[in-house]
Amino acid sequence: MRRYFAFLWDCARLSFVGDWRYHAWMTVLTALALTGLYAWCQQLVHGLVTTGMTDQVSWGLYIANFTYLVGLAAAAAMLVIPVYIYRNLHLHDVVIFGELLAVAVIIMCLLFVTVDLGRPDRALHLFRRFNFPISMLTWDVIALNGYLLLNLHICGYLLYCAYRGRTPTKVFYVPFVFVAIVWAVSIHTVTAFLYVGLGGRPFWNSAIIAPRFLASAFAAGPAFIILTLQVVRHYTSHRVSDDALLTLRRIVQVAMLINMFLLGCEVFTEFYTDSAHVASARYLYFGLAGRTALVPWIWTAVAFNLLATLLLVVPSSRGLRVLNSACVLAIVGIWIEKGMGLIVPAFVPTPLGEIVEYYPTGREVLVCLGIWAFGLLLYTIFVRISVPVLAGELTYQRSCGGLPVPSERETRPQPTGGDVS
Amino acid sequence: MNAGERSDAGSSPTGANTSGPRLTRRGFLRKGAAVAAGASAAAAALSPLKDLAPEDVPSLAQFLQKHYKEMTPPEKEAVLNRITREVKDRYGVAATVTDPLPLTGVEFVYALNISRCIGCRKCVHACVAENNQSRAPEMQYIRVLQMEKGSIDLERSAHHYDPPLVPDEASYYLPVQCHQCAKPPCVKVCPVEATWQEPDGITVIDYDWCIGCRYCEAACPYWARRFNFTAPQVPADKLNPDLGYLSNRPRPKGVMEKCTYCLHRTRRGRMPACVEVCPTGSRKFGNVLDPDSEVAYILRHKRVFILKQDVGTLPRFFYYFDERGSRYHEPIAPVLPEEGA
Ligand code: SF4
Ligand code: SF4
Repeated sequence: MRRYFAFLWDCARLSFVGDWRYHAWMTVLTALALTGLYAWCQQLVHGLVTTGMTDQVSWGLYIANFTYLVGLAAAAAMLVIPVYIYRNLHLHDVVIFGELLAVAVIIMCLLFVTVDLGRPDRALHLFRRFNFPISMLTWDVIALNGYLLLNLHICGYLLYCAYRGRTPTKVFYVPFVFVAIVWAVSIHTVTAFLYVGLGGRPFWNSAIIAPRFLASAFAAGPAFIILTLQVVRHYTSHRVSDDALLTLRRIVQVAMLINMFLLGCEVFTEFYTDSAHVASARYLYFGLAGRTALVPWIWTAVAFNLLATLLLVVPSSRGLRVLNSACVLAIVGIWIEKGMGLIVPAFVPTPLGEIVEYYPTGREVLVCLGIWAFGLLLYTIFVRISVPVLAGELTYQRSCGGLPVPSERETRPQPTGGDVS
Repeated sequence: MNAGERSDAGSSPTGANTSGPRLTRRGFLRKGAAVAAGASAAAAALSPLKDLAPEDVPSLAQFLQKHYKEMTPPEKEAVLNRITREVKDRYGVAATVTDPLPLTGVEFVYALNISRCIGCRKCVHACVAENNQSRAPEMQYIRVLQMEKGSIDLERSAHHYDPPLVPDEASYYLPVQCHQCAKPPCVKVCPVEATWQEPDGITVIDYDWCIGCRYCEAACPYWARRFNFTAPQVPADKLNPDLGYLSNRPRPKGVMEKCTYCLHRTRRGRMPACVEVCPTGSRKFGNVLDPDSEVAYILRHKRVFILKQDVGTLPRFFYYFDERGSRYHEPIAPVLPEEGA
C-alpha cells in the first residue's frame, strides 16, 4: 500500500516537472479550463439560458461534443485489437497511449453530460432511482463509467508494474483488455441507441446511425492517436516506430472509406425517397425555409472528409506530412458531422413543424473549450508520467531506493519528421 | 530508505529537463507565487457562484428528499408544508398545496373538435394562468397551429399567426398539448424516473426529482414538454394559490414541466382550465371508463382521429370533427401570442 502511495506521489510530482514549453502549455490549458469553469459557474447561477438552447432545440454543443468524444474514446480498442489478436508488435508500445487517451476522453464525456444537466446538484438521484434497463441513458451511464474503470485499471496496472519493475501478470490485465474491446464497441452502440430509439425524431430514427458511429470513430480515433504519437516521439524519449503509424494509417483509411460509403447510403435514402421525413436532412444540407445555419458547416465537413479520404488512399499519404493533413481533416470533418451535424438537425423542424435555429452562445463555447482544455491537460499529464515510467526511468527503486537516475536528455532521440517511406 | 536519499532522488525525479529544483529560497518563492496565482485563478473561476440565489442552494431536507413514490404520508406532509412556506416567503401568498391522488375507475381523455376551434388562443392563456407558468421568459403548454385547409402537414402550419380576426377562412386550427400517451416515450427515456404515468393516465413530473437532462423533451413526438432554462417568473398577484404537488406548484429552474390535464382540478371533479375557457365548446374532457361521459360518447359516435398515429404512442388526446363541418361562432379578436393572461 505504501508503495502504491509512493507511486501516486511520484506521478503527482512528475506532472509539475518539465521544461518551459511544458509549463507554458500547461499554464495555457489551465487558464482555459478555469475560464470554462467560470462560464459554467455563470450557467449554474442563471440556468441554461446562458446557452443557445431552447425548447425547440433542446440539445446543442454540449451533447454534440459528448457524442463525438464517445467515438474518440472507443478508439483505444481499435489499437488494442491488432496487438492482442493479430500480435502486431508494432503497435504494442502505443496501446497504452490509446488507453490513456480513452481515460481522458471519457472524463471529458462525463463532464459534457454534467454541464448539460439543468440540475447537476441532483446527479446523485441516479444512484437512488435508476431507470434501468428501460432508459438508454442509464445504459450509457453504465457503459461510459465501466469503460472508464476498465481503462483506468489496465493503464494503472501496467504503469504500476513498470514502476515496480515487475513483469505484468497476464491474468490481471489480458482478460480486461478483451472485455474493454467489446465494451468499446458497446459505448458507441449504446450512445447511438440513445438517439436512434426516439420514434418522434425521424432524422435519428434510422438503423444506420450506429454503424456510421462506429465507422467514424474508427477513423477519428486512430487519426487523433497518429498525431499524438508524433508529439510523443518528438518531445519525449519514447520511441514510436513508423510502422506503428502506418498500421494506424491503414485503420483510418479503411474506416474513412466505410464511413463515406455509409454517408452515401444515408444521403441516398433520404433524398431519393424525398418523403416528409427528409425535412431535417434538407435543413442540414440545403437549409429549410431560408434558414441555413448548418449548411456551411456540413459542406465543410463533407469537403474535409472527402479530401481526407482521398489523401488517405493515395500512396503519398505514407509520407507523414500528407498523413498528418489527412488526419487533421478527418478529425475536424468528423467532429462537425458527428457533433452538430448529427444532433442539431434532429430538432429542426420541431415535431410540430416549427423551424427555430440554434446558435451556440459565447459562454457555451467557453464551457466547451474549458472541457477540451481540461481533457488535454489530463492527457498531457498522463503521457508525461507514463513515458518515463514505461522507459524504466522512474521506478520504485530509483525513487525510494536511492539508485541513480539517468538523464532523459541523453536517451532522447532526435526528432524525426518528413518522409517515412 | 532514509530521508536524505529520498529528497535527493526526489529533487530530480526523472533527471528530466529542469536542472534539479532544490529547495532554494528562490525556488521556494517561485513555487509559492505559482501556488498563490493558481489558487486565486481558481477562486476567480468560481466567483460567479456568489450570486447563486438562496433557493438554488438545496437545503439538507431538499437534498435528502425522497422520490415522490417513496415518500411516506408524514414525509409527504412535511414536503407539502415546506412548499407552502416557500410560496409564502417568495410570493407573500397563503397557498394551499395538496396532492390529490388518482381516482379509481377513472381514465381521463381529451377530445378536441377541430371543426369548431377558431384558433383564438384563449386556452393557451387560461392554461398559463392556471398552471403558474413562467411569464418571463414566457412558457406555454398549448400550441395552436394554424393549418392549411386540405393539409395535415405540420411543417406547413403557422405557429405565430396574428391576423386581426380569427378564424381565417383558408385555415383550420389544431391545438396541441401533452397527449398523455398510454405508451409515453418521455417516461421510457427518463434516467431517474422523475416522470411517470399515473393510474388515471396522466403523465406527471416530480419537479424535485428531475435532473434536467432534457432527454424526455427530445423523445416527445408532440413537442409537449417545456424546460425551465432559467428561474421562472410569475408576478405574485398572478399566482394561482390552489397548488398541486405534481401539477401547478411553482417550479425551480432547470427542471422539466408540461400539461397535467390540470390534475389538481380534474381529480376533484372540475374541468381543466382550457376546457372551461374555450368560447366555442371545442374542448371536451372526461372519464373514458364512464360510458355515459361526453368523451365516451364522442369516441363512439364522432369522426375521431389522433395526431401522428404512426409514432405509436397511443395518445389520450383525440381530435374529431362534426359531420356538418360548420362553425358556430362569430369572428372575434384573437389574443396575441405575446399578451399575458
Ligand atoms: S405527449 Fe409527449 S409529454 Fe405527453 S405523454 Fe406523450 S410523449 Fe409524454
Ligand atoms: S429532463 Fe427530467 S423528467 Fe425529463 S428525462 Fe431528464 S430527468 Fe427525466
